[in-house]
Amino acid sequence: MMDDDFIPVRLSVNGVPHRLFVEPRRTLLDMLREDLELTGTNAGCEHGSCGACTVLLDGQSVRACLLLAVQANGHEVMTVEGLARHGRMHPLQEAFWEKQALQCGFCTPGMLMTAYELLQQNPDPGEEEIRSALSGNLCRCTGYQHIVEAIRLAAQRLREEAEAATPSETTA
Amino acid sequence: MKPARFRYFAPHTIAEATQLLDEQGEEARLLAGGQSLLPLLNLRLARPSALIDLNEIQSLAFIHPQNGGLVLGALTRDATLERDPLVAARQPLLAEAAHYVGHPAIRHRSTLGGSLAHADPAAELPAVMLALEATFTLQSSNGNRTIAAAAFFTGPFQTALQHGEVLTEIHLPGLPPRSGSAFLEFARREGDYALAGVAAVISLAEDGTIAQARLALCSVDPTPLRAAAAETVLRGRHPDNVAWQAAAEAVVSDLKEPPSDIHGSADYRRHLAGVLTRRALALAAQRAERSHS
Ligand code: FES
Ligand code: FES
Repeated sequence: MMDDDFIPVRLSVNGVPHRLFVEPRRTLLDMLREDLELTGTNAGCEHGSCGACTVLLDGQSVRACLLLAVQANGHEVMTVEGLARHGRMHPLQEAFWEKQALQCGFCTPGMLMTAYELLQQNPDPGEEEIRSALSGNLCRCTGYQHIVEAIRLAAQRLREEAEAATPSETTA
Repeated sequence: MKPARFRYFAPHTIAEATQLLDEQGEEARLLAGGQSLLPLLNLRLARPSALIDLNEIQSLAFIHPQNGGLVLGALTRDATLERDPLVAARQPLLAEAAHYVGHPAIRHRSTLGGSLAHADPAAELPAVMLALEATFTLQSSNGNRTIAAAAFFTGPFQTALQHGEVLTEIHLPGLPPRSGSAFLEFARREGDYALAGVAAVISLAEDGTIAQARLALCSVDPTPLRAAAAETVLRGRHPDNVAWQAAAEAVVSDLKEPPSDIHGSADYRRHLAGVLTRRALALAAQRAERSHS
């Protein structure tokens, strides 16, 4: 392979800046997994059907298998590895664990990223809204019920956290 | 499951893109949102020699008002169509239909122009373009030409785009007063391609009768389909269930041979086309009446 077949890409992943050279045919998914060794994001169908590869690009969910790595140049990517804070699991991850919202776990990274985006937009989604948001993420194990429950639990905890962080007017 | 090699270009202007198309020859492909092309690349069903990525061309992503209607850049993303206040105010049909395209993670990338140029017969937006009587601007290094949506879709995954041309703008004329629209489709799962979909626009006359109806369907023919016979049936009638039923019958009897596959038989799609036509017309008429009151 000749050097000029590789294109420089600068991007930030989970807040960490990276600079690397990739072939234009490299998908964002393969760059994350192979070049940056962030294997949390899973490669399922690799043609946009399963949602296992869902990551956030500038805060919006995208399918990493349907983006070229070079297209992420200058952008911010967030993967499932970016959910935990200060060594503590994100409330979504904790809720998935407690509610047994995973069996084989293959769909889980995509589910978590999709749910993360949903809760950013809608802190108190109903069951229908959760199911609709997850409609692009396939799970072959759980039957989805526990995933929906986990997201509701996480949503509740995040709301409580947010309330605790902003003391109400009357107590101030 | 990995794309074959290709040369990659990310021009910043339309002129650069058309020049690249000329230089790179017939095997080059344009890349817009990539939500249809990337699967084809990954599966190596498409092996272009070069990809010309349009995503860096800022001047292709815009929504402007124009003579009561809209002009949209081809790179406008479906998620934007869903949420844009100007689209909601002037062409709510486009916002309603865009919501049916795939899933949020798809719509954050997929583009209006990409969907039109890809011309999947099951796609929603080509049918919407017929119902809204859109015209498209196609730009090449030789200049611009304008083409009506009705002449653009020539077959399954085939359009009037010639090599060297880029679809740059979509012009949607404004609707007459007392107009309402609706898009409905049926899919087995949310976000899947529809088994049938209907775009309806109704404009009412002063006396409350139907001045004009426009109907277009997806997923029931090799191209998006304008249901001209049903539109004629509706003209001058009272907007009521009898009229919707007559239109639905005209739609169904006009269908040639809808696809038959594991997702649904031709007969089932015919049935859906009739039911969705009735419902979409009724909803469009209701909205037309409400727009007046
Ligand atoms: S791996 Fe990307 S959608 Fe399945
Ligand atoms: S837990 Fe196995 S696919 Fe979802």
